[in-house]
Amino acid sequence: MSTNAFTTRRDFLKGSAATTGALVIGFTLPVSSRFARAAAAATSGAGFAPNAFLRIAPDGQVTVICGLSEMGQGVHMGIASLVAEELDADWKSVKLEQAPVDMAYNNPLFGMQATGGSTAIRGHYEPMRKAGAAAREMLVAAAAGKWGVDAAACRTQDGRVMGPDGKSAGYGELVAAASKLPVPQNPSLKDPKDFRILGKGLTRIDTPAKVNGSAGFGIDVKLPGLLTAVMAHAPVPGAKVVSVDDAAAKAIPSVRLVVRIPQGVAVLADGYWPALKGRDALVVKWDDGALGSLSSAGISKLLTDATTKPGAVARNEGDVSVAVAKTIEAVYEAPYLAHACMEPMNCTAWVRAGEAEVWAPTQGPGPHQGIVAQLTGLPPEKVQVHTTYLGGGFGRRFAPDFITASTLLSKAAGVPVKLVYTREDDMRAWFYRPASVARFTAGLDAAGNPVSFTARVASPALSIAAGFATELPKGIDEAAVEGIADMLYAFPNLRVEYARAEPGIPPWFWRSVGHSQNVFFIEAFIDEVAAAAGRDPVEFRRSLLARQPRLRGVLDLAAQKAGWGSPLPQGVHRGVAITNCFGSFVAQVAEVSMDATGKPRVHRVVAAVDCGRTVNPDVIHRQVEGAIVYGLSAALHGKITFRNGRVEQSNFNDYPMLRMEEMPKVDVHIVPSTEAPGGIGEPGLPPATPAVINAIFAATGKRVRTLPI
Amino acid sequence: MISLTVNGKTVQLSATPDTPLLWALRDELGYTGTKFGCGIAACGSCVVHVDGKPARACVTKIESVAGKQVTTIEAMDSNRIGQALQAAWIRNDVPQCGYCQSGQIMSAAALLARNPRPSDTDIDESMRRNLCRCGTYNQIRAAIKDAAATLSA
Repeated sequence: MSTNAFTTRRDFLKGSAATTGALVIGFTLPVSSRFARAAAAATSGAGFAPNAFLRIAPDGQVTVICGLSEMGQGVHMGIASLVAEELDADWKSVKLEQAPVDMAYNNPLFGMQATGGSTAIRGHYEPMRKAGAAAREMLVAAAAGKWGVDAAACRTQDGRVMGPDGKSAGYGELVAAASKLPVPQNPSLKDPKDFRILGKGLTRIDTPAKVNGSAGFGIDVKLPGLLTAVMAHAPVPGAKVVSVDDAAAKAIPSVRLVVRIPQGVAVLADGYWPALKGRDALVVKWDDGALGSLSSAGISKLLTDATTKPGAVARNEGDVSVAVAKTIEAVYEAPYLAHACMEPMNCTAWVRAGEAEVWAPTQGPGPHQGIVAQLTGLPPEKVQVHTTYLGGGFGRRFAPDFITASTLLSKAAGVPVKLVYTREDDMRAWFYRPASVARFTAGLDAAGNPVSFTARVASPALSIAAGFATELPKGIDEAAVEGIADMLYAFPNLRVEYARAEPGIPPWFWRSVGHSQNVFFIEAFIDEVAAAAGRDPVEFRRSLLARQPRLRGVLDLAAQKAGWGSPLPQGVHRGVAITNCFGSFVAQVAEVSMDATGKPRVHRVVAAVDCGRTVNPDVIHRQVEGAIVYGLSAALHGKITFRNGRVEQSNFNDYPMLRMEEMPKVDVHIVPSTEAPGGIGEPGLPPATPAVINAIFAATGKRVRTLPI
Repeated sequence: MISLTVNGKTVQLSATPDTPLLWALRDELGYTGTKFGCGIAACGSCVVHVDGKPARACVTKIESVAGKQVTTIEAMDSNRIGQALQAAWIRNDVPQCGYCQSGQIMSAAALLARNPRPSDTDIDESMRRNLCRCGTYNQIRAAIKDAAATLSA
């Protein structure tokens, strides 16, 4: 099994009439091809390709074609597993190929070819199984025809069709006959009890290439005549170049060109090192523009002030002005955060006469194809996007900045250009998880029962920044209030408001998006309410979830597996937090002690997950564990701050992440379920921070309301 | 021209003497398994071995390795420790995005070369400067112990 991320299939889109929707406001993301030929995969050599998602060669080799981006979440494994299960393929003969851009590969939940939002399995669970099942039915029909028997008398296993009287044929022997048969539109799917791959834990398809250095990431792309670009990026959003002195840069051996584009000034050289030296030798004078005096204190004040005024109503039930015996109030704040993917942003573009190619670690090959088409004036079908492996994504690689800049540089230089961000460029390139402030009020009656709940959240509008909307429906940005407006706790009187506040720093999708800050806010605040009511944090949450069996189910399971209420070693304390997001339910219990300097030490996190039917339990374990690490890095270390409009952090020395010696033990428990699959890349993240913060309260009696801790 | 040995082969580099080994490996010699993560020896994605010792290729100038033996991830399947680690990495299904894993394996190989049965504390000490944004630390720890066990079996 192998993956060739650099497969070039120039002919794939031949004949697929493709156009793009118009766009051009900010970072508007156009859809890719309007028409697609599902069977276009058949154009790639001999063999049997009943649809765009698989191909079987005469030697029996099964190639699964995946339009989703592999960024560590295991999507190649997931897609290959779904197809192979229903195909009854011999798993050892299955390899994976990264798809080009084609509407056939649009993410059904997005309507474009893009990976994110924990949608891969949710969106492809049935379509990919049907792709495999259709091929299986055709292979069976081909065998039955060849043998002159009833198809119902045949069965399949490990890449072979078995008929009566010991008849048997490998799939490869049947491809010619199967190719002539009609493709069934509604093939029957297996009963899940017969699954041999799904729900099991096979080794990931991409693992071998990732232990010997052969996996091809975007930064590894090589082309004849390639120049490497390092760019002087705008130091402040909206800053403009006033003047450039590039004499010293051009004097450096191997520096070929200095190119100015709207995003900055790039030095193009034979390799990264001379390009970097050239970039550092540039003397660029910038006009900072309107944001040149922006500071983190100012941003904090803007957001906090916004929560003191009425906002747009995201949810309103009962009457929150009802009389209460006791009121609990708190204000929470979360900082901007960088994604800090291990592979810095990069893209290789080659704009030629009448066509263009980009090789990119991208989460949005579909929309990015449209962007390149716009920038070059080419029709989208003349733009090929080769999606490489992604060295981390977390939402960042859906942004178009590295695509846009490399395309413009290649267009200007007339040669293939690989634009590489230095770590400092990457850290300071914005597209951050937005800062946010939430103001809460809860009311208890004389008996300590929760009566009312009010939340007002101030945050930038992500849907506008991403170009998904030009105005907010009813004034609400979904990402800004998700996790609070849709919370499942039953308060008889409940009101959630959104106060839009725009500091001017481009915000972006960051693993688990709005839930990353809002679940911290609400789960820490709920703990405050439980304490004010004199109630146990688990019991209090349970009492508000009487009609939420799946969420209460994970809460109960996590509490049970963590031994909630049982004694812990001296100085170790527990905190709990829960979430429902991306179609899944997660509860976590963190075990935390405080060191002599007052810093928390997270010893163990026990997670319970209900994500419906599972495709690969090992991948689920790893995604939840990885999401916890990502969340803890933010909780313990993460903040992006501004001074004079400039980002103060630069690299891993001042934007630290969790290290080996800080890594807690993580136990993940999956709830057996026959519900539809939920997402898994993100839901494990939101509860990690509040679970730790609630444990810190148990340890110290102090509430942490701003991050990092 | 600076001459050195990379994965057993003598090579001549035309890059300027101040060029970091990382970029000579990647851009001039085509060994792209060694990764760029930070450029300041803060993440470990670029760890290689120089004369058997771990080195951060992003801050190692090629003039400082003239005449020395450099080993990268591409050659780790040709020595016993490397083979054991790669097999353990596969058995434990360690990588997620995989970008940091070359450096993780190179650091782990250096650890096992001098300490065949590392304790958890030894592993923390040797691996703490290798960052993994996907959070595979527990799997890395398990795979190092697994490889150590197979090597001493």
